[in-house]
Amino acid sequence: MQWETVIGLEVHVQLATRSKIFSGASTAFGAEPNTQACAVDLGLPGVLPVLNEQAVAMAVQFGLGIHAEIPEVSVFDRKNYFYPDLPKGYQTSQMYHPIVGPGEVEIALDDGSTKAVRVHHAHLEEDAGKSLHELFSNGRGHGMTGIDLNRAGTPLLEIVSEPDMRSAKEAAAYLKAIHSIVTYLGISDGNMAEGSMRCDVNVSVRPKGQEAFGTRAEIKNVNSFRFVERAIEYEVERQIELLEDGGTVIQETRLFDPEADETRSMRTKEQANDYRYFPCPDLLPVVLDQAYVDHLRDTLPELPAAKRARFEGELGLSAYDAGVLSASREMAEYFEEVKDVCGDAKQAANWVQGELSGALNREGLAIGDSPVSARQLGELIRRVMDDTINGKAAKQVFQALWNDQGESADEVIEAKGLKQVTDTGAIEAMIDQVIADSPAQVAQYRDAEPEKRGKMIGYFVGQVMKASRGTANPQQVNALLKEKLDALC
Amino acid sequence: MHDKTLTELAAALSAGEFSSRELTEHLLARIERHDGELNSFITVTAEQALEAADQADAARAQGEAGPLTGLPLALKDIFCTRGVKTSAGSRMLDNFVSPYDATVVEKLAAAGTVSLGKTNMDEFAMGSSNENSFYGPVKNPWDLAAVPGGSSGGSAAAVAAGLVPAAMGTDTGGSIRQPSAFCGLTGLKPTYGRVSRYGMIAYASSLDQAGPMARSAADCALLLGAIAGHDLRDSTSVARGVPDYTEELDAPLSGLKIGLPREYFGDGLSPEVEGAVREAIGVFETLGATVREVSLPHTPYAIPAYYVIAPAEASSNLSRFDGVRFGYRCEAPADLIDLYKRSRAEGFGEEVKRRILIGTHTLSEGFFDAYYKKAQQVRRLIRQDFLDAFDEVDVLMGPASPTPAFDLGANKDPVSMYLQDIYTIAVNLAGIPGISVPAGFTGGRSTGGRPTGGRPIGLQILGTHFAEARLLNVAHQFQQATDWHLRRPGIIEETA
Repeated sequence: MQWETVIGLEVHVQLATRSKIFSGASTAFGAEPNTQACAVDLGLPGVLPVLNEQAVAMAVQFGLGIHAEIPEVSVFDRKNYFYPDLPKGYQTSQMYHPIVGPGEVEIALDDGSTKAVRVHHAHLEEDAGKSLHELFSNGRGHGMTGIDLNRAGTPLLEIVSEPDMRSAKEAAAYLKAIHSIVTYLGISDGNMAEGSMRCDVNVSVRPKGQEAFGTRAEIKNVNSFRFVERAIEYEVERQIELLEDGGTVIQETRLFDPEADETRSMRTKEQANDYRYFPCPDLLPVVLDQAYVDHLRDTLPELPAAKRARFEGELGLSAYDAGVLSASREMAEYFEEVKDVCGDAKQAANWVQGELSGALNREGLAIGDSPVSARQLGELIRRVMDDTINGKAAKQVFQALWNDQGESADEVIEAKGLKQVTDTGAIEAMIDQVIADSPAQVAQYRDAEPEKRGKMIGYFVGQVMKASRGTANPQQVNALLKEKLDALC
Repeated sequence: MHDKTLTELAAALSAGEFSSRELTEHLLARIERHDGELNSFITVTAEQALEAADQADAARAQGEAGPLTGLPLALKDIFCTRGVKTSAGSRMLDNFVSPYDATVVEKLAAAGTVSLGKTNMDEFAMGSSNENSFYGPVKNPWDLAAVPGGSSGGSAAAVAAGLVPAAMGTDTGGSIRQPSAFCGLTGLKPTYGRVSRYGMIAYASSLDQAGPMARSAADCALLLGAIAGHDLRDSTSVARGVPDYTEELDAPLSGLKIGLPREYFGDGLSPEVEGAVREAIGVFETLGATVREVSLPHTPYAIPAYYVIAPAEASSNLSRFDGVRFGYRCEAPADLIDLYKRSRAEGFGEEVKRRILIGTHTLSEGFFDAYYKKAQQVRRLIRQDFLDAFDEVDVLMGPASPTPAFDLGANKDPVSMYLQDIYTIAVNLAGIPGISVPAGFTGGRSTGGRPTGGRPIGLQILGTHFAEARLLNVAHQFQQATDWHLRRPGIIEETA
């Protein structure tokens, strides 16, 4: 039987606010345990939450970025359950009236086409703390668990998609699209390793052509693009095998184990908590006036989909180049500056994706950490385009800039004497010298079949370039050499 | 000096008749002498009190005294107080020393008041008799066989017994007004949002409100001015200017329109209470007020609605008491679930557990709509009843409780106890302010050979949202015309 996979994602994005969603404690990552948890985060008796306006603004920006409805009123609810790293015994979230209504995210598929994935809603909530089982299990204190509440109260935006994805690749593409939107907006650092983005994946399969959804399993807390793909692939295979063997999929929550590359059952629907959601009486409903939303809309940066379209349409880049260069805000900004400085989008695209990306990949650097700035690269390209240097010298200049051997392309060109020689007289003199110094090669050239001479000229070009320390204009050298050698035949 | 009102004490302090230290020492001695019997305090903070009194005296010497500087008072043990045990009357928090001050505590300290300690209360403010305290019941100074009311029973008893001239209480369903009525005090529950709830251990967040309990309306006006106002740490506190509540106290009442809710004079109201209340209303008529009957048709649904909403919120608010970070933890828990179960089973008292169970049930899947949602609809109707009534009249009047203070142990059945709050509970659901003022006494009787003037009876006056100044004015004018609020129980007179 042919099976179709149905996937929906719940993506938790940590918002890049300075302080927590309901308290003034810092959200900075990596501090000593429990040093960034104030009375409110600890859930001390008598404390009250106060909503962080920045978190609201960021959530609305996301909503606007996916062309979602922004309801005028949203409400915080309490999700009640007991867990040691949940200090109040409830998580403040939004169940019935989320801050962001239905919207849409465009994802890029491998064949270059795009697909719209519907977002059901996005809501604000607070993160829980962390249980540190490992720290206490070996050494002191047997079977003890530590609690770090630094993360408690960190603002999260949970983005809930419709079950619109049909393959692991689409799910990964969706996650990448969300990642690129939130980093473009600057509302999250998108750092998956530090947990700034995690997702729960809902997976089911159904016979191709069947309309009704199959029973789904929810895979909790998957925290990398790669794991999302692998978890889905494993889970799809598991469900299909189960069904083909005459079994049934049960609705349950599963965990993905990247070590074993498999998902395991965590709890079934029957064991699920009754969270007893009800409106949080400590917080007023959030009422957004139109002027506030309009202001956020007006100050929204250009987002990846629009950027990709502009790169392709206005700048004339290929779909592939436009996709790569718009994938992250840093990449796009870098590219655009290079383009503006050198004045040629295609050259800029070639250099950014060629020389620069190659060097970055070799050293494992992100574009933001590039030792060569966009301005430096743009100026370098300009010097190639105006024939100040040739392509070979340009690579030397790039390397010099990478190694911090000069402030600008011009400085390196000057210091290393890489300026291209285009003076015909000077080139001719070098050619004459090379011909004079290579009688054997000249004889070989003369004796060769005319159609083979084309290849043999390479030797002389190399010698002339060497004599010019790479600065001679290669096209001129080629033309003049041919002229002079042929005259000898 | 333990007999005086705050207003009188302020005048005496400023006239130099005695210092704040002398006053504080005198009251601490009275607490020492009488509170073993009354049990109105959970914690007496003598050292901090004397230090604060000295600071107040020093401020006064510098000419920097405000209207409340050096005045002693007590705080219900529900207000978090830095460096002091804050128990909420529960075993659960018997070991909890708060690392921070509630906004109310901070404001009262900033005003120069001297806190003598933390008063007894029904556990987590759940109760109407102060019999639900982990620290034992409190006795009514007017009659030691009687309860002081609840849940702010310790605050009421301490003021009535002359251990302190005023105290702070909290009111979720009547917990300021009913004990004030039972102990012959003036007690004000402000409009929801008028006073910050930050640092007040939450029972039912959408209903809780702090307020003063004192010997006169004028004293309540003084205290309300000090504690009211917007607080950035409490989103439900209202950003609205705080008037000088003492300014309108003397306004005449001619033309005041009083409404008597028909539903507040029905079955279950003790004839003695009704008699006293009707007599008090007669006094207002002589002061130029007009009286008419009004109806609050949804009154019968107030108690059921309250006992859905308040326990629902409580069940969630009390989830943080889990034995993990602070508070009571059971001995040698076998595992996490055992830690939760036994810490909470052993740390909470019966009534608290009952309300957590009710609240958990009403919020459960399949019951939420039938209980919680329906109760919220009823709540809106109750609020509308009041708003409609206030279209026609300026204030509403009626009894603060259906009976005077009852005997300790007399109300064993939870539902009969819940019915105690029949006249006060709707006020919290509507969020409006209410004040209870002394308006009479039951016929004389004696307890333990000690003559008493009977048990106090309270008149309740209600106003629309933020009408505190009006309520205080009406109460003050009544107190200018009557002397019920000037009567003191024997425990004061004996040693005066």
